[in-house]
Amino acid sequence: MSAPTTATFVGMPTFPVAAREALADTQLRHNLAHATHTIRDKRAKVVGEVPEWEELRQAGADLKDAALLRLDVHLTRLEESLTARGAVVHWARDAAEACRIVADVAKAHDADEVVKVKSMVTQEIGLNEALAAEGVAAWETDLAELIVQLGDDLPSHILVPAIHRNRAEIREIFRTRMAASGRPAPDDLTDDPGELANAARLHLREKFLRARLGVSGANFAVAETGTLVVVESEGNGRMCLTLPEVLVSVVGIEKVVPTWADLDVFLRLLPRSSTGERMNPYTSMWHGVTPGDGPQEMHVVLLDNGRTRALADRVGRQALRCIRCSACLNVCPVYERVGGHAYGSVYPGPIGAILNPLLHGVGDDAQIDSLPYASTLCGACYDVCPVKIDIPSVLVDLRAQVVDAHRAQRPPKARPKMEAAAMRSAAWMFGDARRLARAERASGLVGRVWSRLGRTSLPGGRRAVGRLPGPGAAWTSARDIPAPPRESFRAWWRRTHR
Amino acid sequence: MTTDSHARVSDLALAASIGGMMGGMRVALMVTCVNDAMFPDTGRAVVDLLTRLGVDVEFPQAQTCCGQPMVNTGYLDEAVPVVRTFVSAFEGYDAVVTPSGSCAGSARHQHRLVAERAGDAGLVDAVSELGPKVHELSEFLVDVLGVTDVGAYFPHRVTYHPTCHSLRLLGVGERPRRLLEAVRGLTLVDLPGAEECCGFGGTFAMKNADVSVAMGADKARHVRETDAEVLVAGDNSCLMHVGGVLSRQRSGVRVMHLAEILASTEGAA
Repeated sequence: MSAPTTATFVGMPTFPVAAREALADTQLRHNLAHATHTIRDKRAKVVGEVPEWEELRQAGADLKDAALLRLDVHLTRLEESLTARGAVVHWARDAAEACRIVADVAKAHDADEVVKVKSMVTQEIGLNEALAAEGVAAWETDLAELIVQLGDDLPSHILVPAIHRNRAEIREIFRTRMAASGRPAPDDLTDDPGELANAARLHLREKFLRARLGVSGANFAVAETGTLVVVESEGNGRMCLTLPEVLVSVVGIEKVVPTWADLDVFLRLLPRSSTGERMNPYTSMWHGVTPGDGPQEMHVVLLDNGRTRALADRVGRQALRCIRCSACLNVCPVYERVGGHAYGSVYPGPIGAILNPLLHGVGDDAQIDSLPYASTLCGACYDVCPVKIDIPSVLVDLRAQVVDAHRAQRPPKARPKMEAAAMRSAAWMFGDARRLARAERASGLVGRVWSRLGRTSLPGGRRAVGRLPGPGAAWTSARDIPAPPRESFRAWWRRTHR
Repeated sequence: MTTDSHARVSDLALAASIGGMMGGMRVALMVTCVNDAMFPDTGRAVVDLLTRLGVDVEFPQAQTCCGQPMVNTGYLDEAVPVVRTFVSAFEGYDAVVTPSGSCAGSARHQHRLVAERAGDAGLVDAVSELGPKVHELSEFLVDVLGVTDVGAYFPHRVTYHPTCHSLRLLGVGERPRRLLEAVRGLTLVDLPGAEECCGFGGTFAMKNADVSVAMGADKARHVRETDAEVLVAGDNSCLMHVGGVLSRQRSGVRVMHLAEILASTEGAA
């Protein structure tokens, strides 16, 4: 088995370092707070309209689990159904293989450009860059992906990849970058959202009509019927799926559902969780080649790229239920403040914090190892997940995997030695109440001294410690901390209860 | 005055009825390591409150910590001896009450993980039996004792932060609010964005200090918007974080554990 190519961006700093940078970006903080709260509220409203929401979530989780349990059977069936309907099925173990397959199809048709439906999986495998290296231009046609691509930027959200940009920035990107890849933006373009959308529409229309090859992902792949499904809002996907002569769809193997009827549950869960709509504007479903209608040659690339690794993870495999709705991003208090780039991956936020380590494995990349710690374990993500992925539990399990991986490596590579030592001594101290009592007597002594020498008090009068040196500065650089009490609870109890 | 004497009489009656109801039930206080070492007043408040309600609470002296700091940082092996200590301290009690939603959550939802890691079937059985007996304070008061008016008096403007583990892991729901609403003299004001995490997150507060502080600063802003004198919650670790920010900002807002407010009475307040 070849190693999966990581879905994280090369050379990204660890989460705490990238987050620190992001926190200082005032425009980003403002955009994110506004956007995430807006989508969060919309989602809450439309989910509240469905009395059987919890049953739906459970059904979604159960269907996905059942499908993943018999993945071998369903994938074989999918291949048969697709082939019977005239599609060519390819299997790709990793990103390199998948990109190679798409590039070969492009070359076979002498295509030097492709139009793309918004797709996470093609971002994951770095398809645009791989095609560019082969002299094939891959044009993003989703409005937000277009903004990211024209701006030579990275996506920062699963659903709204340009969530970190505001309309003034978008106007600037359109004015300066559109001309290089087709129809330029009008000279008098303002930052009015309607005008911006119209400029994109005119620019994209030429690309749609020109391109002979379309590339898509799929939200679902139905084994029984060989149906691929794309759910979208703008209609650009429908253009890419119907106008070109050739269509290549890259599909993660976890996207398979056994039957047509299973779509019922997911097509109800997804729009409400994702865009906060009762129903999304465009749901495209296609089954192989239809003579005289739409693409006359179809390829489907079934991709592993770490998914079988994730499937082997007893706790983490539930992450493969994910239907990429991004509700967890929108509700996450950490994501809300740092945005998607800090996670260094096309999969940011809570789902990214578990998916990247699961797809890649832990222990050999400090950036990936930092992701499971990018959470307070507040649990808001679990509450909103339409397929009930228990993200906090997976995060905790992955943290143990990170620690274990470094435990096994001698000498410890990336793990801070101090933390491991601190945990070992805490375990020793908490292993016996007498040891803890001794430590508390020592801290009580500090407390007595501090109550005389300390100069600051917390509201309410208790003595505070203003600034601590060394690792304690991580706390006290922005937060006061109470001085230790003179007497622990344990000592008080012993003094007053015999 | 009549209301006071009436309250006192009803307190006594309540205590007598709870005392009778508890029968031979053995109740242990799990004070938590953070409260033991840093916030002993909270532990004392729980003892005062439960005693006032007629519960004869014991403090098993073998107790130390629930092991959550190790588990949530990924150090499962290190949590094993801590969970063993936990079990030996609390085994044999009918109920364990703790002034921490987070530590109750750890005992109920994480100890099994640790016991399985240890590969010790006896420990797995022990934690599975003990877990459901662990109650967060508001759960113990409302569900086990069946009280919402604990006879407290606290004449201040207060806002309540429902900490994440109480809210989402345990699902304590409206219990703390109902207890606070029954406190005489207390004005309870809604906290904007109440259900958002404060940013503490255990070792997250150190490992991702910048994000933690950014979240704490927003929580503190919401607290100040309420004009409350006191921010109350059921977890001192979260309060240590938000309180640390509020103190550094010289906001004048005090943080207090729910137990301390519920323990306050007219004479003492």
